[in-house]
Amino acid sequence: MITKRIIPCFDVRNGRVVKFQSFFANERDAGDPVILAKRYDEQGADELVMLDISATHEGRRTMLDIVSETAAQVFIPFTVGGGIGSVAEVRDVLRAGADKVSLNSAAVKNPALISESAKRFGSQCVVIALDAKRRTEQSWDVLVSGGRINTGKSAVAWAKEAEARGAGELLVTSFDEDGQRDGYDLALTRAIADAVSIPVIASGGAGCAEHFYDVFTAGGADAALAASIFHFAETSVTEVKKNLRERGVSIR
Amino acid sequence: MIGILDYGVGNLFSVKKAFDYLGEPSVVIQSASEFDALDRLLIPGVGAFGDAMELLHDRDLVTAIRAFAASNRPLLGICLGMQLLFDASSEHGDHAGLGLLPGRVERIPGPYKIPQVGWNQLQPARRHALTLSLEGEDYAYFVHSYYVRVADDSILLATAEYGVDVPAIVAQNNIVGMQFHPEKSSNTGLKLLKQFAVFPDQSGVARDEKTITTSARGGVERVHFARD
Repeated sequence: MITKRIIPCFDVRNGRVVKFQSFFANERDAGDPVILAKRYDEQGADELVMLDISATHEGRRTMLDIVSETAAQVFIPFTVGGGIGSVAEVRDVLRAGADKVSLNSAAVKNPALISESAKRFGSQCVVIALDAKRRTEQSWDVLVSGGRINTGKSAVAWAKEAEARGAGELLVTSFDEDGQRDGYDLALTRAIADAVSIPVIASGGAGCAEHFYDVFTAGGADAALAASIFHFAETSVTEVKKNLRERGVSIR
Repeated sequence: MIGILDYGVGNLFSVKKAFDYLGEPSVVIQSASEFDALDRLLIPGVGAFGDAMELLHDRDLVTAIRAFAASNRPLLGICLGMQLLFDASSEHGDHAGLGLLPGRVERIPGPYKIPQVGWNQLQPARRHALTLSLEGEDYAYFVHSYYVRVADDSILLATAEYGVDVPAIVAQNNIVGMQFHPEKSSNTGLKLLKQFAVFPDQSGVARDEKTITTSARGGVERVHFARD
């Protein structure tokens, strides 16, 4: 039986992990993305997402080295996202060793980027990241540019379009819940999971193991992504998975 | 030397990195003229069956792969690479495969989401030198929309339940296939790749564990950490 995936996510700026100090045993390792990726693999993470938040060209080049080094040492699937805007950039990241890329604002601006990337590299490596903000109880708008711009586009309609254009998976982040640690937006996750047939990764709002259970059951998610709950070491992937297993969720 | 066949599809990098990590010499090759120097051949692949067969034909690799198989040297197909080993596929039309294993490739019938993306449990079908490292609760990372309907159940080493019993590991003599990505299946996958690298050595796991644990390449950490 297929299992529900737990996916830790972390930000990398100019080759160093941002905000993860509590995870590293000593100063020499502090902020090393490859070491962090290995720790997560050891804890039983099913996949990893690395977001490049470097603002400079140099920082982005460094990211490719990090991707290559991670691929040499970590043997679970990993996705790289953050500012990827062209087929050439998708190619560079995949060539460096990432298994998937996540496309966000650039895909909204230029939806052909989805189809071109899928045609060239296969749908399995194209993850569309969708940031959604609640408009009414059952509708959500798509945000771009890190949440700064509301496109007015319906999140559910955009999810369907992304699927039709060849996206392999959807990473759905609730802008309202992100950082609140109050649980995932279950209605949003459910609305999108019901609208598409590709896997949906829920993101934004995880605060405790219970929230993962809710998003896998009531939310209908195939995978759940979380950052801060893991990086402040409040709980671990191992603990979350143990909890889910005890409650009958199919987990690796 | 393990040859990793680059015929224009898929990510060869990960498989190469996995063998590097395991300390098993491997080389990425592009043409049949390089087959002679190999003692093992690996066919990776993602994408569509028909396109992949066309690429193999264009590069004069079909006959060469069949000859390699006939030479009794171990041959491993991963994901689409495994599907290509069979007779035919109905993915976007009807396409002939390499015909090295008996069976047809068909779309997964459901009721679950297509493609299957994620970690699924391997259900051992029979004991084999290749799968001695499996411990009974092993998961592997799958990404596929099509699966093989094998014409001979005796080639099944492990299956995974996804509405149907998806053949996960198949083997007949020197021909081996893995539907999942061993290079992305953490310790379970690394051990299977290690096992392929020593196959058909029947001493299998004992030697495998020893090789990995005595490796200076960090294998110790991977193999011995407790998952829970």
